[in-house]
Amino acid sequence: MRTADLLGFAVGAARGNRVRTALLMLAMAIGVAAVVTLTALGDGARRYVVREFSAIGSNLVIVLPGRTETGGINPGSFVSSTPRDLTVDDALALLRAPAVQRVAPLAVGTSELSVGGRLREGMVVGSTAEFIEVRQFKMAQGQFLPREDWNRGSQVMVIGAKLRAELFPNEPALGQFVRVGDRRFRVIGVLASTGSGLGMNTDELAIVPVSLAQAMFNTNTLFRILVEARNREAIEPAKQQVTQIIQQRHDGEQDVTVITQDAMLATFDKLLGTLTLGVAGIAAVSLAVAGILVMNVMLVSVAQRRSEIGLLKALGASGSTIRAAFLVEAALLSAAGALFGYALGLAGAAVIRALYPTFPAYPPDWAVLAGLGTALCTGVLFGVLPARNAARLDPVTALARR
Amino acid sequence: MGTPGASASEAQIELQGIERVFHLGDSVVHALAGIDLRIDAGEYIAVMGPSGSGKSTLLNVLGLLDRPDAGHYLLEGRAVTTLSPDEQARVRSQRIGFVFQSFHLVPRLTAAENIALPMVLAGLPSRERDERVRQALDGFGLTDRAEHRPDQLSGGQRQRVAIARATIMQPAMLLADEPTGNLDRATGDEVVRLLEQLNAGGVTLLVVTHDAALGARARRRLLMEDGAIRHDERQGAAGHAHG
Repeated sequence: MRTADLLGFAVGAARGNRVRTALLMLAMAIGVAAVVTLTALGDGARRYVVREFSAIGSNLVIVLPGRTETGGINPGSFVSSTPRDLTVDDALALLRAPAVQRVAPLAVGTSELSVGGRLREGMVVGSTAEFIEVRQFKMAQGQFLPREDWNRGSQVMVIGAKLRAELFPNEPALGQFVRVGDRRFRVIGVLASTGSGLGMNTDELAIVPVSLAQAMFNTNTLFRILVEARNREAIEPAKQQVTQIIQQRHDGEQDVTVITQDAMLATFDKLLGTLTLGVAGIAAVSLAVAGILVMNVMLVSVAQRRSEIGLLKALGASGSTIRAAFLVEAALLSAAGALFGYALGLAGAAVIRALYPTFPAYPPDWAVLAGLGTALCTGVLFGVLPARNAARLDPVTALARR
Repeated sequence: MGTPGASASEAQIELQGIERVFHLGDSVVHALAGIDLRIDAGEYIAVMGPSGSGKSTLLNVLGLLDRPDAGHYLLEGRAVTTLSPDEQARVRSQRIGFVFQSFHLVPRLTAAENIALPMVLAGLPSRERDERVRQALDGFGLTDRAEHRPDQLSGGQRQRVAIARATIMQPAMLLADEPTGNLDRATGDEVVRLLEQLNAGGVTLLVVTHDAALGARARRRLLMEDGAIRHDERQGAAGHAHG
C-alpha cells in the first residue's frame, strides 16, 4: 500500500467513526492536559517561592543572636544561659573578614510615627547606608541614609512607599519631619515599592540610623546582621569567618546562628522539588487512567473492526499492510489527541496565571515530554497490538465476527 | 496425478482429500470430509446442499480464507495451503475475487472507493486505479452512483459494487457465497446475469446457493451433504459422483 493511500485510509477510518475518534482524542487530551496543568501548578509553586527568596538579596549571610541548634557542649554552656548581645561593634568587626563585601546591622522595633496630626504605628528599622545595597532596594525619591559613623547617626529617615502615602497623602515627603517618640527625623528618601521579604513589608518600613534606633528602643542588641559575601562562592567561607569572628568576640562561645540564603533556598528548592514530584505523581496517575481509557477504546474499536480486517484480508491485504494501516491511524489519532491536550493544558496554565498574576504556572519541559510521550505510546501500542492479533487470524475467523 | 505441473491438462483447481474439522465444545464436526475436486478454468459451478453441509467452508478453503486440516490444494499447479499468510494474501489479491451474501462493503467509502480498495491494498498507482474504476463503473452501470456511500445504494447496486470490486484485479476465479441471498428475485436475476457475463468472459465462477433455480443455470452442479460431495453433475447429464 502506498504511503499516501495509507494516510488517506487512516484519515478516512478516523472520520468514518466520529464518536470513537472523539472519545479517543478526548481520553488522550484529558490525560495530557491534566499532566501539563498539574505540573504547571506544582512547578509554579516551586518557582514562586524560589523567586520570593531571591528577592531578599543575593549572596546573603544572616547572623541571628542566640543559637537555634546545638553545637555540642562547651564550657560556655555551663557559664551562662543567656546569649550575649549582638552589637554594632560585632557588625563592624565582621568587615575584617576577607570573604565579606558589605555588612548591614539591623535593629528593629515598633513605635508611633506622627506627622502633624496624623499618627501611625509603624516598624522602625535601624540600619546603615549599606542596608540598601545589601537588600538591593531602589529609591523612588531622594537618597538613602548617608555614610557616617555607625555609632553616631544624623536625625534622618527613609520611608517605604506605603508609609509615605499614608503619612504624606497630599504633600511631598522629602524634607518633612516625622516624629518618633520624642525625636524628630527629616525624611530624606522614599523607597520604591517592592513588597515583602524576610518577613517584613518593606513598603511600611521607616529606616533610621542604627545608633538612633538603639537609643530610642533603649537597647544595644541588634535584631540581625546582614552580611553580603563577595560572590556566590564566597558564601560558605563568609559564613565560617563570620561565625569565627563572633565566637572570638563572645569569649569563645557560639551564641549566634548564621544562616545563608543559599541554604534556605536549597531547602525550599528541595522541598518544592518534592512537591513538584508529588504533583507529577498525581499527573502520572491521571495519565495512566487516560492510558487505560485509550486502551479500552482502542481495544473495543479494533474488535468492532475485526470484520473489516477480515474483509481487507479477503481482498488481498497482507498482515503488514493491515498493521501499517492501523499503526498510521493510531498514530494520527494519538498525535492529534495529545496535541489537543497539550493546548488544553497550556490554556489551563494560562488561566491560572491570569487568575494569580504573581504565580509563574508554566509546565516544566520534562512533564510535557512525559505526558505527550506516554499518551502517544499508549495510543499507538493499544491501537496496533489488537490489530496485529486480528491480522494474524484466518480471514474467515475475522470476517465471521461482527 | 498429484505432483505439481505433472498433469498434462492443466486443472485450475485440484483438491485432494481436503478435510476441515471444527470443534464445538465436545463434539467434532467434519465440515469437509475428504473432498476430491477438480475444476478447470472457465467453469461455471453451483455448490448446493442443506445448511451445514459444508458449502461455505468449501468456498472459504478454495478462497484461502480458511485453511484445511488435511489434504492438498493445488491452485494453478501450485500448492497453496503451505504458503505463508502473506503469500496467500498475494494469491487472493491477484487470482481470487469474492462476492459475499451481505456484500461486505466498507460503509465509510464511496462506491468508487470500495471498488478501488483491492488496487489500493495492492499498491497500484492512482492513475491506473482511476482508469480501471471508471471502466468498472461504466461496465456495471454505476457511473452515476460513483460518489454514493453503500447506505445510499439499493441492494442490487451494492452487490454490483461488490462484484465490480471482486473483479477489479482481473482474478482467475470468482467465488460467490449466496450472492442473491439478500436480494429480491428481479435484482437477484440481474446480479446472476452479471456474474454469468463475467464467466462468459473466461472467469471461473463458483456460486454457493440454496436457490435451486439459480443452481439449475450452472453448467456444473455439486451437491454437498455432511461435508462430502454427493453428486457432481454436468449440464444435462445425470449426476454421478466424482472420484
